[in-house]
Amino acid sequence: MTIDRSLVEYLEKLGRIHLTEEERSASEKDLQSILTYIDTLNELDTDGVEPASHSFPVANVMRDDTVTNGADTENILKNAPQSRDGCFVVHKTVE
Amino acid sequence: MNICEMTALEISNAVKNKEITVKDAVDAFFAAIDEYDGKYHCYNTLCKKEAYERAEEVQKGIDCGKYNGKLAGVPIGIKDNICTKDILTTCSSKILENFIPTYNATVVNRLNDEGMVIIGKLNMDEFAMGSTTETSATGVTHNPWDTDKVPGGSSGGAAAAVAARLSPVALGSDTGGSIRQPCSFCGVSGLKPTYGAVSRYGLVAYASSLDQIGPMGKTVDDCAALFSVIQGKDEKDGTSMVYPKFDFDKAVKGDVGGKKIGIPEDYLGEGISPDVKDAVLAAADKFREEGAVVETFKMPIVKYAIPAYYIIACAEACSNLSRYDGIKYGYSSPDADTLMETYVKTRSEGFGMEVKRRIMLGNFVLSSGYYDAYYNKALKAKKLIQNAFYDAFKKYDMLLGPVAPTTALKIGESLSDPLKMYLGDIYTVMINIAGMPSMSVPCGFDKDNMPIGMQIIGKPFEEAEIMSAAKAFENATDFHKKLPDLG
Repeated sequence: MTIDRSLVEYLEKLGRIHLTEEERSASEKDLQSILTYIDTLNELDTDGVEPASHSFPVANVMRDDTVTNGADTENILKNAPQSRDGCFVVHKTVE
Repeated sequence: MNICEMTALEISNAVKNKEITVKDAVDAFFAAIDEYDGKYHCYNTLCKKEAYERAEEVQKGIDCGKYNGKLAGVPIGIKDNICTKDILTTCSSKILENFIPTYNATVVNRLNDEGMVIIGKLNMDEFAMGSTTETSATGVTHNPWDTDKVPGGSSGGAAAAVAARLSPVALGSDTGGSIRQPCSFCGVSGLKPTYGAVSRYGLVAYASSLDQIGPMGKTVDDCAALFSVIQGKDEKDGTSMVYPKFDFDKAVKGDVGGKKIGIPEDYLGEGISPDVKDAVLAAADKFREEGAVVETFKMPIVKYAIPAYYIIACAEACSNLSRYDGIKYGYSSPDADTLMETYVKTRSEGFGMEVKRRIMLGNFVLSSGYYDAYYNKALKAKKLIQNAFYDAFKKYDMLLGPVAPTTALKIGESLSDPLKMYLGDIYTVMINIAGMPSMSVPCGFDKDNMPIGMQIIGKPFEEAEIMSAAKAFENATDFHKKLPDLG
């Protein structure tokens, strides 16, 4: 797998981050060496192997459908950079 | 009596026997922190006011018999990614520099129920992403054995604090070795529990399928006591498992007689430093003297552990870290004029480079066109890694190996080369992928007098068995008694 500048820019976009030019060049180099190493995984024969998700065979963990928490608005907004009238404040989302 | 030199169990006994008060214990550790933490930087936040209020409450509770557990009255430092109500929880990241949780992690409630006193929050690699504590936004922690060296990571502040006697025991978290490796580098003991043994509710998520909170301490007994406090099913964590009550007495028995121990040959191959290899082989001989049967076996899947781990961990990390958007909590960029700018500027200014790198890697392996070749391939490797452990456990009661290929590196040595740092995780990440428990204990020193650690890996929910083996080793050696001279 070859990493180029446009792929790094695409990954920045997916991750909602913006790198400086210097960070971008360094990332191109670092991601390339990491992915080259990761590609050794291709040597491993995984034909017919089921992908694992959980470490142990647990599935569909259920609990009773009862409400145990309230709205808790005050606590939820306590760490908000900006809030008003019980809501988070964000920039305008539609023109 | 020097309280800071005592084990956690000794402190609790001294309090219960009225030889010291809870306040004496808290005083002693804050005095030591005031004197030495400027040099080591183990702590991000000290909670002196809360700790003294709590010490008074706990003292009353002990006096009236409300708190009578093994660790009642013991001060404790906890890793800064475990939520503490009304106390800063930063994950050593600028993006959470002002985050004050409105609730406690389940493990914190359990420490409180035991009558323990939280004294501060311990430094770590940013969001637990790193193996040296150098990615912390609050600055590196220095290894108390040699301040030019890293303490390991990501729970580096926790391991260094225990080694420097700035906390009798500590809670860390381990996603790919983050408890065991710093314990190894700092010459203390720590347990990565079975996945699901300890609730993750309130642990800030890095890679949810791999993260576990665990105890760190100067002795196996202290780790066993702390583990017995935090383990057990929690309704708030659907992945926590119903665990037959942890058998503390079995864990501290110190018996390994008749046990079969396997050493994966692939843990002693290319890349391991001769000092580490010799120490682990000497430990194997010690186990033989104690009546265990020790043999080597082949586990060729080891070479694929790091690629599989970094794919799975980064995929989960990029998803978990998408919650930091500058709107709900934490740092928010002051220079944003649109919603998208709020996201991008907040995250670009708030995350450090290692975190950004893992977000990009995670997005890459999950992105359209690459998902099957990378993420799905890693999940298949995970299955094969699990199978390799289950096969090994058909023959052996437990496995033995080094924690890391080397002892602590010099500060700055691995930061410039992320791949080099990742390769140091080769012996630890597989255990997280398989979900097994593993106990790290000191087993020697290298030629520069830096500690070496080994790990004893067990079957799921067999913590008591591996701890008992670790205790047998402790009884037969004195590596765990050697602690750095603080000068």
